[in-house]
Amino acid sequence: MSNTGTSWRIQGARVIDPFRGIDAVLDVTVRDGVFVEDHDPSLPVVDAKGLWLVPRLTDMHVHFRDPGLEYKEDLASGSRAAAAGGFTVVCTMPNTKPVVDIPSLVEWQKERAETLGLVRIWPIGAVTKGEEGKELAEMYQMAQAGAIGFSDDGHPVADSRIMRAALSYSATLNRPIIQHSEDPDLFAGGSMHEGAISQQLGLGGIPAEAESIMVWRDVELVQLTRGILHVAHVSAPGSLEAVRYAKNKGLAVTAEAAPHHLFLSDDAVREWQYSAVTKVNPPLRPAAMQEALIQAVTSGLIDVLASDHAPHHADEKAEPYDKAPFGISGLETFLGTVMTVFLGRGLLSPLDLFAKLTAMPHQVLRQSYAGISPGAAADLTLIDPGAVWTVDPAAFYSKGHNTPLAGATLTGRAVATMVGGRWTMREQEVLG
Amino acid sequence: MKDLLTLEHLSAQDIEELLDLSENLGEIVDRPIKKLPTLRGKAVVNLFFEPSTRTRNSFELAAKYLSADVINVQPSGSSVEKGETLWDTADNLVQMGIDAAIIRHKVSGVPQQLAQMVSIPIINAGDGMHEHPTQGLLDMLTLRQAKGRIDGLRVAIVGDILHSRVARSDIWALRALGADVVLIGPPSLMPDSFRQLSHVTVTTDLKEGLQGVDAIQVLRLQKERQTGGDIPSLWEYRARWGVTAHSLQWAKPDAIIMHPGPQNRGVEIDSDILDSSRSWVGRQVRNGLAVRMAVLFRLLGGAHNE
Ligand SMILES: [Zn+2]
Repeated sequence: MSNTGTSWRIQGARVIDPFRGIDAVLDVTVRDGVFVEDHDPSLPVVDAKGLWLVPRLTDMHVHFRDPGLEYKEDLASGSRAAAAGGFTVVCTMPNTKPVVDIPSLVEWQKERAETLGLVRIWPIGAVTKGEEGKELAEMYQMAQAGAIGFSDDGHPVADSRIMRAALSYSATLNRPIIQHSEDPDLFAGGSMHEGAISQQLGLGGIPAEAESIMVWRDVELVQLTRGILHVAHVSAPGSLEAVRYAKNKGLAVTAEAAPHHLFLSDDAVREWQYSAVTKVNPPLRPAAMQEALIQAVTSGLIDVLASDHAPHHADEKAEPYDKAPFGISGLETFLGTVMTVFLGRGLLSPLDLFAKLTAMPHQVLRQSYAGISPGAAADLTLIDPGAVWTVDPAAFYSKGHNTPLAGATLTGRAVATMVGGRWTMREQEVLG
Repeated sequence: MKDLLTLEHLSAQDIEELLDLSENLGEIVDRPIKKLPTLRGKAVVNLFFEPSTRTRNSFELAAKYLSADVINVQPSGSSVEKGETLWDTADNLVQMGIDAAIIRHKVSGVPQQLAQMVSIPIINAGDGMHEHPTQGLLDMLTLRQAKGRIDGLRVAIVGDILHSRVARSDIWALRALGADVVLIGPPSLMPDSFRQLSHVTVTTDLKEGLQGVDAIQVLRLQKERQTGGDIPSLWEYRARWGVTAHSLQWAKPDAIIMHPGPQNRGVEIDSDILDSSRSWVGRQVRNGLAVRMAVLFRLLGGAHNE
């Protein structure tokens, strides 16, 4: 069957639309790239019986490394990974070379994504020039060019005075500061979670408090500035307490969790025998903290799930543990991982789980999307909820094969992705 | 046994067999002609990414006493700058017919990773803060010679436990062999999870910790611990954790003193203790040679037994 065209009739899928709170078996019609109400029998039919249909899967935290670090990933390979993983929107972190801290780079990333036509890219601009933490970047002009939010991800905005200024300034643009929370001094010298396993393996430890201290500080700064804060990849129990405190106070604070922190614990570092595929920042935490994070996602304290897709070259990840870079290539395992954790254990309904990958990131980023309603862009993913599969990084579309999930068995997988009525992936094959 | 990477994963029997072999091979040091033909025709490389003349010399002599050929490689910054990884370096040596590699590296885990990549035996000569298994073995041999047994002994390790690969190898071996271990040192240099280990006691109080111990292993205090903010000064460290004639009275009257070297005399240990009859530090050096001969023999010479 042909995969080209922008008009389709998708029949028999269980439609899970968190934007409208719908979970029902429905036929969905797409004409000229948008959802329509009428059921035109002349359109090509896609039989989606047994599959789930979710609109606008969004991953608000990815590293596509382009410009400057294309040997790790580029906008084309990253976009293919997103399509393969089932995503229709990704937010790219600005820690490229050069850093995305000027409007022209934001525009360039958006234009390149449109040319590629595989995924919508919503660039995140840097908070400070060069992510150096010293001077604010031109946030207004980047916002005009399409920056969806601001982050120095990879690093924290460590200087409290600069963070205060960033929060108050970005609030005037109605965009969040997305903070990679880490106290640089407590973090220094560490390469995995500080605890029994780091102490046994003799690897430098990063205490959970290196993260939570920064989250608490930022919450206080939000209180001071009335700014908008989104806490990236929360992993520490103290961070959860800080977010809970902020939400109880009614502050504009939201938080995300990454799939690897939900699926693995620091036991993986021992099991992988010092292979740096387990090296990620924040680090994999002990099982009790992993469970606390799962509970925080389940309870709704954590608003969003995001992959923190961080591809690296195999040579870099082959370095000794201390020297290898932090990061996991996660786009192509993201959906399977969170479906396995939350649906496999019956912790969340599909509607509640997918809200954290659709409507919630839109809310955090203050973007409107009507879901499956007439006139809305036809961005959707067909998911086989029963697909049991084994992770094989060699089959990734991403250039980064660095994942400690290699060999893991997951349940649930995207089987087709559509952006603006156009299929970008069918049956694990990216189209474009 | 293909490699010697850790003591954590050795059984009491493995360790005791190595100690027995060390006793036998150690006798060669007293002979006028220090040469056994066991490893004739074998080539061994000392691959020291982190410099250590003492340990390298000990391995080199051990190999030479067993008639092996030895080369010393200390990869410089330049080969790394050229883009050569340490795996390339190791592979080059394997291609040249090396039979075993002795590795020291400042990053924990490098010997384990190398052992998975190459088929020749890898001997860990110290990796980061992880393990230093031949040091652990020579400490066990010294203890056994001094006390006639290890089972039932109470052994204190004093100093910077957190950063010490020696402490880790000692802890695993002592527990395997039935000793009780007391870890004593500043709180900022103590891995707190070790409190949960069986047969291990953790304290910051030197007086309390030394009560009733049969032996004291004194660790070297690196000067970086002061500049890094872990302790106020070397002199304050000495005042609280220094092993001196005064603090030694808290241990058993026949308690012995060990130190992996090199010593900071007047900081973690005083000269009068180091040079006293209770010091087994000289014997540790000698035993280091014996243990390294035993390990080389076991991994290279003993192949026909397996
Ligand atoms: Zn980050």
